[in-house]
Amino acid sequence: MQTLVQTGAVTKVHSVRRPWLRDVIGILAIVIAGAVGYWLFPDNLALLTRIIAVALLVLSIDLIVGYCGVATLGQAALFGAGAYAAGIACVNGVTEPMTLIAIGGTAGAVAGLLMGTIMLRAHGLAQLVLSIAIVQLFHEAANKASSITGGSDGLAGLMISPLFGIFEFDLWGKTAYLMGLALLLLVFIALKFVVSSPFGMLCRGIKQDPLRIRAMGAFVFPVLLKMFVISGAVAGMGGALAAISTQVVGLDSVSFELSANALVMLVLGGLGTLYGALIGTVIFMGFEHVVSSINPFHWMTMVGALLIAVVLAAPGGLSSLVEKVRGEKA
Amino acid sequence: MQTIFSIGIDALAFGMVLFIICIGLSLTMGLMRVVNLAHGAFAMIAGYIASYAARDLGLGYAVAIFLAIIGTIVISIPLERFLYRRIYGSPELTQVLMTIGITFCVIGITNYFFGPTLKTIPLPQALSQPVDLGFRTIAAHRLFVIACGAVVAGGLWYLIERTSFGIKLRATVDNAAMSDALGVRTQVVYAISFAIAIGLAALGGVVGAEFLPIEPYYALRYMVMFLVVVSVGGAGSILGAVIACLVLGLVDTTGRYLMPDFGNFFFYAAVILIVCLFPRGFFGRAQ
Amino acid sequence: MSDLFRVENLSKSFGGLAVSRDISLSMAAGERLALIGPNGAGKTTFVNLVTGQLKPGAGRVILGGEDVTQLGAVRRVRKGLVRTFQVTRLFSELTPEEHVTLTVLQREGKASRILSRFRGNSGVADEVHDILGALGLLEVARRKVGQIAYGQQRLLEIAIALALKPKVLLLDEPAAGVPSVDTPRIEQALERLPSSLAVLMIEHDMDLVFRFAKRVVVLAAGEIIFEGAPSEVAADPKVREAYLGNYAHARSVA
Repeated sequence: MQTLVQTGAVTKVHSVRRPWLRDVIGILAIVIAGAVGYWLFPDNLALLTRIIAVALLVLSIDLIVGYCGVATLGQAALFGAGAYAAGIACVNGVTEPMTLIAIGGTAGAVAGLLMGTIMLRAHGLAQLVLSIAIVQLFHEAANKASSITGGSDGLAGLMISPLFGIFEFDLWGKTAYLMGLALLLLVFIALKFVVSSPFGMLCRGIKQDPLRIRAMGAFVFPVLLKMFVISGAVAGMGGALAAISTQVVGLDSVSFELSANALVMLVLGGLGTLYGALIGTVIFMGFEHVVSSINPFHWMTMVGALLIAVVLAAPGGLSSLVEKVRGEKA
Repeated sequence: MQTIFSIGIDALAFGMVLFIICIGLSLTMGLMRVVNLAHGAFAMIAGYIASYAARDLGLGYAVAIFLAIIGTIVISIPLERFLYRRIYGSPELTQVLMTIGITFCVIGITNYFFGPTLKTIPLPQALSQPVDLGFRTIAAHRLFVIACGAVVAGGLWYLIERTSFGIKLRATVDNAAMSDALGVRTQVVYAISFAIAIGLAALGGVVGAEFLPIEPYYALRYMVMFLVVVSVGGAGSILGAVIACLVLGLVDTTGRYLMPDFGNFFFYAAVILIVCLFPRGFFGRAQ
Repeated sequence: MSDLFRVENLSKSFGGLAVSRDISLSMAAGERLALIGPNGAGKTTFVNLVTGQLKPGAGRVILGGEDVTQLGAVRRVRKGLVRTFQVTRLFSELTPEEHVTLTVLQREGKASRILSRFRGNSGVADEVHDILGALGLLEVARRKVGQIAYGQQRLLEIAIALALKPKVLLLDEPAAGVPSVDTPRIEQALERLPSSLAVLMIEHDMDLVFRFAKRVVVLAAGEIIFEGAPSEVAADPKVREAYLGNYAHARSVA
């Protein structure tokens, strides 16, 4: 009868904590970091915009790997789909930047649907191999269809109209950077809602035990496919942003290397927290910029050593290290 | 007819190179459940050693191969002891990250010591001549590679099916805990298998240098292809690996001969098709 | 034909080995049935066949007059055929509250919604509160499952099953692995299961079986060898042979 007594004693279990407060602080931190970057590195805004574009790619990987537990080494296929769709649309006369972002997002979502449909047929190693094969196939296709994509020379000469008809895309990349930052914020807030929705919880359940989810009466495949589509839209918008800011789309935007690097950034920052994706991207690309300007091969050695160190010392990524330190202090 | 014959021989030889390199990866994946993306890096290391021995020191081809295999295994021992043992039984993603990290390091270090240029391994006189088969002549090197592949396949089959080590190996693959309880020293079995796998990668890297040229990005460039072969064949299956290598070798070589513009397009299209039809590989073990 | 749940001639073999042979049984609403048998008798295989994790070689599964044999596991759950797992399958990073909330949302068809908050629905929250309260899990409702006691995890398994509002509940060894001090809590939870629910329990603990079930079915080597009241089980010669023979065999091997 002890349990009955306890039942009466404990009040309602919800409305205790305020998780949204943490998110508001987190979003403010992104805004502040973005503003600081703008004032500190006015000559490097192109690099900062590139970081934002890649951050969107890394966020999109986090949705699949971190929240659903599906390993992928081919996410650049979705990034590239967005970049090429925006680039091709631009060359053909659609020059309004917001429209181009939307086109990139749509193309990414369609590519995500396709990629998810194929990848979710397999598990484990075969799934990983499929993800690689898909990005390589996209790469070869983009290379071959040079009349539309520019092939190995890339798709150059994108002329972008001023944003809202007012803000020109200047030589210093101010407009592109601020637009990118706003886009990242919007996407980040939207994803915070996605991962804290019932759907997000369902994905976390699938990551841990799909059989249990089935025994709860929920189908696994459509849930994962939906996440692939969302993830594709995010990656595609990242690709479109990269195309708009550099006014070039190259074959490297649909490469295995970009996919692998983006996964490394995610793991460096920490899986399944969205913040980890951002932290990992900034740290990785910042270091890359500094070190690879000295010697690109030293950079590879460093990334390799860093990866090994992360696996051995901090399997949860840097953000988990921060949490651990905080937890020990508290 | 001439073209078909050339394609056939090249495809067979290329398939055998793939087989020699990949069978080691297939065994480590089937046995130790380690997704070793750095497997190609070991083949590359062997290529550099052989090139150094044959070109810079002027040693014979056979000696170069021998040195390359021994040298690569020696390099792999500390890596196995200090890095790989930490990730046995870890989730796939962890293994992928660790072994990509090793690959990146190997590429960076190789470039630091040897530079970014291509390294050749000079063939001995006997292998660089054409051989007259009566109705056709073909390059002796192609025949040599095909023979190597056949010997490796036969030797492995004998080792696994007919020797006491093979029995221990199969028992460990089946149930490591049980084998341990029965007195099989599974750590030793793992270490030997790892060494055999690396040795085979080394052999394949050297004899296959004509097909897969030795340069620092080798480890990354062909990583995907090796992984694909294992996945298509089914990890741990010799027969599966042979078939996968022959099929993919044929697809790749035919594509390059007939439609060079398309690059690897058909290769990857075939991979997607095969993996979708056989998600566990041609002869993969049920999970 | 007023049975709520019925299996007819269910058979399954792996390779040449028959693990379920021609199993037939039926249950009425509100019935409490125990399925017992020595290790390797095919009890868990039977549960897997009934819930659709395995496809039977022959036979039918009928729920509320409808043949569900061709339906997959998920559809059967949605029709009200729910199980718990012998070894708990819970999400160690989630809390009991999150488990049950997710389950209730799924039952109401809201689990894959993106444009709503996970905790936003007060109707759902009240139901979750009631379910957790009924099983005495409120005090741990917000701890990660990896950090709560095993007995509480077993109770959570039952909570999840109840949140699906099942018609037929299959309990696969609900007290297995639970320290004996905690078994009374499990038993209490079992006693309080809704009275309209048909419950089939697999269990090794005979005391629990005798107190819980009105009818016992004994499975040995994939076959039903006994069906009747709990008081008659121990006296049945076939059952004695299945258990004691097995025991004697085990002794001779060891």
